Amino acid sequence: MSTSSAWAALPVVGISVTNAALASTLRSPQTSLFSPVSTPADEIYRLSLLVLAICAGIFVVVFSLLVYAVVKYRRRPSDDGREPPQIYGSNQVEIAWTVIPILIVVVLFLAAARVIHAVQDAQFPPGTLEVTAVGHQFWWEFRYPSYGFVTANELHVPVSESGHPIPTHITLLSADVVHSFWVPRLAGKTDLIPNRRNEMWIDPHVAGTYVGQCAQYCGTEHAKMLLTVDVQSREDFERWVQAEKAPAAVSDQVASGRKIFETTACVNCHTITGTAANGKFGPDLTHLMSRKTIAGGVAENTEENLRLWVTSPDAIKPGVLMPAMQLPKQDIDSLVAYLMSLH
Amino acid sequence: MFDAQPFSRPVVVSADQDSAKPLFDRVHEWIVTVDHKRLGLMYFCYGIVFLVIGGIEASIMRAQLAVANNHLVSPETFNRMFTMHGTTMIFFAAMPIVFGLANYFMPLMIGARDMAFPRVNAWSFWMSAMGGIILYFSFFGGSGLYGAGSAPDVGWFAYAPLTSRAFSVGHSTDYWIIGILVSGFGSIGTALNVLTTMLTMRCPGMTLKRMPLFAWMNGVMALLVLVALGPLTSAQLMLLIDRYLGGHFFDTQAGGSAFIWMHFFWIFGHPEVYILVLPAFAIVSEVIPVFSRKPIFGYSIMVGATVAIAFISLGVWAHHLFTIGMTSYANAFFVASTAAIAVPTGIKIFNWLGTMWGGKIRFDVPMLFCLAFLGQFLIAGLTGIMLAAAPFDWQLGNSYFVVAHFHYVILGGIVFAVFAGSYYWYPKVIGRMLDESLGKWHFWLFLIGFHLTFDFMHIPGLLGMPRRIYTYEPGRGWDIWNLIVSIGVIFQVAGVAVWAFNVVWSYFKGNVAGNDPWDAWTLEWSTTSPPPVYNFATLPVVRSCRPLWDLKHPEDPDWKYE
Repeated sequence: MSTSSAWAALPVVGISVTNAALASTLRSPQTSLFSPVSTPADEIYRLSLLVLAICAGIFVVVFSLLVYAVVKYRRRPSDDGREPPQIYGSNQVEIAWTVIPILIVVVLFLAAARVIHAVQDAQFPPGTLEVTAVGHQFWWEFRYPSYGFVTANELHVPVSESGHPIPTHITLLSADVVHSFWVPRLAGKTDLIPNRRNEMWIDPHVAGTYVGQCAQYCGTEHAKMLLTVDVQSREDFERWVQAEKAPAAVSDQVASGRKIFETTACVNCHTITGTAANGKFGPDLTHLMSRKTIAGGVAENTEENLRLWVTSPDAIKPGVLMPAMQLPKQDIDSLVAYLMSLH
Repeated sequence: MFDAQPFSRPVVVSADQDSAKPLFDRVHEWIVTVDHKRLGLMYFCYGIVFLVIGGIEASIMRAQLAVANNHLVSPETFNRMFTMHGTTMIFFAAMPIVFGLANYFMPLMIGARDMAFPRVNAWSFWMSAMGGIILYFSFFGGSGLYGAGSAPDVGWFAYAPLTSRAFSVGHSTDYWIIGILVSGFGSIGTALNVLTTMLTMRCPGMTLKRMPLFAWMNGVMALLVLVALGPLTSAQLMLLIDRYLGGHFFDTQAGGSAFIWMHFFWIFGHPEVYILVLPAFAIVSEVIPVFSRKPIFGYSIMVGATVAIAFISLGVWAHHLFTIGMTSYANAFFVASTAAIAVPTGIKIFNWLGTMWGGKIRFDVPMLFCLAFLGQFLIAGLTGIMLAAAPFDWQLGNSYFVVAHFHYVILGGIVFAVFAGSYYWYPKVIGRMLDESLGKWHFWLFLIGFHLTFDFMHIPGLLGMPRRIYTYEPGRGWDIWNLIVSIGVIFQVAGVAVWAFNVVWSYFKGNVAGNDPWDAWTLEWSTTSPPPVYNFATLPVVRSCRPLWDLKHPEDPDWKYE
């Protein structure tokens, strides 16, 4: 029977596909759930293996029964045309296939509840780094209240070794609509909701750059609200903190660009410490050039991209809230030169 | 084929004489009709039209996502496409289709001549129809008469405060609100009607314990609509008050709560899944016994499981909200309630298997679709269990894994069941059979397309791809899977095109069906195909769940075992 043999082939196809998927996962682990490097993601990963194993078991048993029934009880060409025995049910069988699922559900609940408790009710050691993340349409603001500076889109945290743990506790706020903070290799996602304070934590064991993005639809450019977490050795992190704490670089060579910045609409939205610019609507630009990307992680932070971004942001990110600055070419030149000096 | 003696030969004139009337009169008759069969058919066809429109929107999204960094459509267009796709498929495709089937077959299966409230029935249908028209008018009027049109772009669950006037200017969100409000009134009317019909219109002898499972499951569906639509309607009214009367329910800038909208929406949104899937269960529970030649296994357990699913489904909504920062106790509660629903659902799958066990299975097209339903619904249930484990959901929630999961439920489950129902009941409605070999082409094309698209859609989710992004960066391992997913769409479209051709071709050229082409057991097969206006000239009297079995097997009737 072609129907039943095709059905029987499905699991084989499914398994080979899954293998291919896992191979690809290992080769390209940038955002895979299956290569965790932080305790919350580790806990979820271990739970997911248990859940996947249980589900695979149920699938094999029930799907085999289905295939068996289809093959065994198909009407055969030699059929005598009489109706099969009419069976109305069996209470013993019903009890069996009620009790077994209940037991599986209890196991799943206990396993899930353990991880919920481990992640949500965790205690933090002294020395935990406090960061506040604020979601904006369509970029991330990161405040470091204990150091007194603010940055954007690229979160820097120290690596947390088992001998000397420095977890990072992140308070999640939103300036406008609902967003969601998701870096799959570090932790599950948590939403940033206006008028509400949420929290999450990470303790990455391995230095490196981990990527993620906004996971709750937040408007036109939701797709381009990218996010990176730079996990640095303790010394590198300390050096980065000192650099960020310093006031903005001042240089006479770019004084004209600074004047343009301070006397146009730029100041309404952006802050540069030590200048007249103290807007809060857009990213803090005090150390703009310490960041690898601009525009919510969409474009590399190069002179060319900065120029394009200031003149026509829509070309990089259509729907972005930053307006195009209608400035003469020489003003743009000075302005970009000034921005390039903000190390 | 065994041609059952109907309980009585109808004396009503045949519908063929209608064709002598002028076109205007015939159209007018359909518009003013209060006949449950015509309204059921209109509901169904209306749903199919929107299924095609929603499918076109999905195809546009898949064309955009086929390769990384694609700019085939603008972000604004893409956002409108997924908002309209979701809203259309749930409110204007799936609900009208299941209401249409309930409308057409509930009275026929319980031996009634019409629904309990025929005029409410017509009113409900036209309200639903109006809702869809209002929603789609936004393409022309979304930005007001002087602006370009724009459809809503807030997502089908429209989280506040993105829907407030600060973030959603123009009228597109208003069309979304009012379209759903209006069709919601229609849904409540139909639900009242279906439930009342089930409770009061059964023919002599048909106790609740002798009612076909189709009637049971649709009745429970109606009950769920009555409970779940209220919160949605209230939330839409509050949103409208926020937008136009200075209310602050969801206006976070004035101390309102984004949180409350989420709870209101999903208190409706989760039961809605069961509102759609119970009628799918209803179809499968009629088709599998007939094509296995055995009665449904564990009838009363099936009824109990249906009621249990409905009850539990009212207490699981916050599993859509595991990432909003609820307390660990609240999260644990919703893990438990969500996982608990797997038990009655599992019972159903086992009972369908038990029905096939020891039978003589015929592989006609309706049964093929039901077998695919069983396998796919099993997988949908298992991915549901994965998502029910809250910590796993912290990773999988709002990723393409979730999108794959609920499309497995809605397409792999509900749409496959609806196709099964279309092949099963087309002969009753039209009087001719759908072509068998075209049906097999439809089945295999759609099956291949479905699995290409939705099996592979799980993988980018596991690799960290969030939903609702209009494009994505290359090099994250998502590209190849998205391409395969998009290719699957071609097969699905081809499958549905074969089905549409089959429906039209068979209307003119199909084999004449007779009253009872499948040798089935429920009352709709005792009357003519198509049934006369009054369904039954004299009301049937039944003594068991399978009145036609009793008639065909007087030596071994079901009522002996009751």
